[in-house]
Amino acid sequence: MSLTKTERAIITSIWDKMSVQADAIGTETLERLFSSYLQTKTYFPHFNLHPGSPQLHAHGSKVVAALGDAVKNIDNMQVALTKLSDLHAYVLHVDPVNFKFLSHCLLVTLATHFPADFTADVHAAWDKFMSIVSSILTKKYR
Amino acid sequence: MVHFTSEEKSIISALWGKVNVEETGGETLGRLLTVYPWTQRFFDSFGNMSSPSAIMGNPKVKAHGKKVLTSFGEAIKNLDNLKGTFAKLSELHCDKLHVDPENFRLLGNVLVIVLATHFGKEFTPEVQAAWQKLVSGVAIALAHKYH
Repeated sequence: MSLTKTERAIITSIWDKMSVQADAIGTETLERLFSSYLQTKTYFPHFNLHPGSPQLHAHGSKVVAALGDAVKNIDNMQVALTKLSDLHAYVLHVDPVNFKFLSHCLLVTLATHFPADFTADVHAAWDKFMSIVSSILTKKYR
Repeated sequence: MVHFTSEEKSIISALWGKVNVEETGGETLGRLLTVYPWTQRFFDSFGNMSSPSAIMGNPKVKAHGKKVLTSFGEAIKNLDNLKGTFAKLSELHCDKLHVDPENFRLLGNVLVIVLATHFGKEFTPEVQAAWQKLVSGVAIALAHKYH
């Protein structure tokens, strides 16, 4: 699976719009993840996960910044994400099913913030992008 | 079995009251067929689905989407008995339509995203959580009679 030129343009254009509120989007994505998929909280026993928590905010920023790196290096995401790929494989061991949940919550967040922009083709491009990011992050699992 | 608190039931009904079933149904099915093109395998007779705009504008897609979402409406009236409500539809999807239940999960999540675009900030994490529970419950109910 790889992104077409059109899909890359769509992803970059939405990224430009969302980067202004990147932190808020990252935080909200995690809030949605922890509300809808309670089991994901098991990866964060050391965090205060209540809305407004500084740890939630910091981690949300981190996640969305990493996605920004992927977007900026959209022609070579494998290289850009290699450290994170190692981290998830050798240290975090996040079960792969959870990447789908996080991806879905990001799309929901984008949909609520940019309803007019989040058309069917934009939805498709971002779903594909997140699917590719997820597969890169789980590439070294075994 | 999925159990809904009375708060979750209120959240679901409150939002549902504001949903345009025809429009939302068409959009949901259209997005499913666009974002996950392999789902088109069930709809050979629908005609032109060669691009997102063809799919979203396709009258058969819209009509069928409306049908599907109307059925969801039934679920919302019977949140304590999703399995009973969907028993016949479950048999239909297994025996006649041969639909992989994974598609129910995909459709449910697409519906959540469509609701998010329509309701914006009103579609809070709490509202989403109640709806994720609903779409999950419907997916499970639809798969229940598979054999």
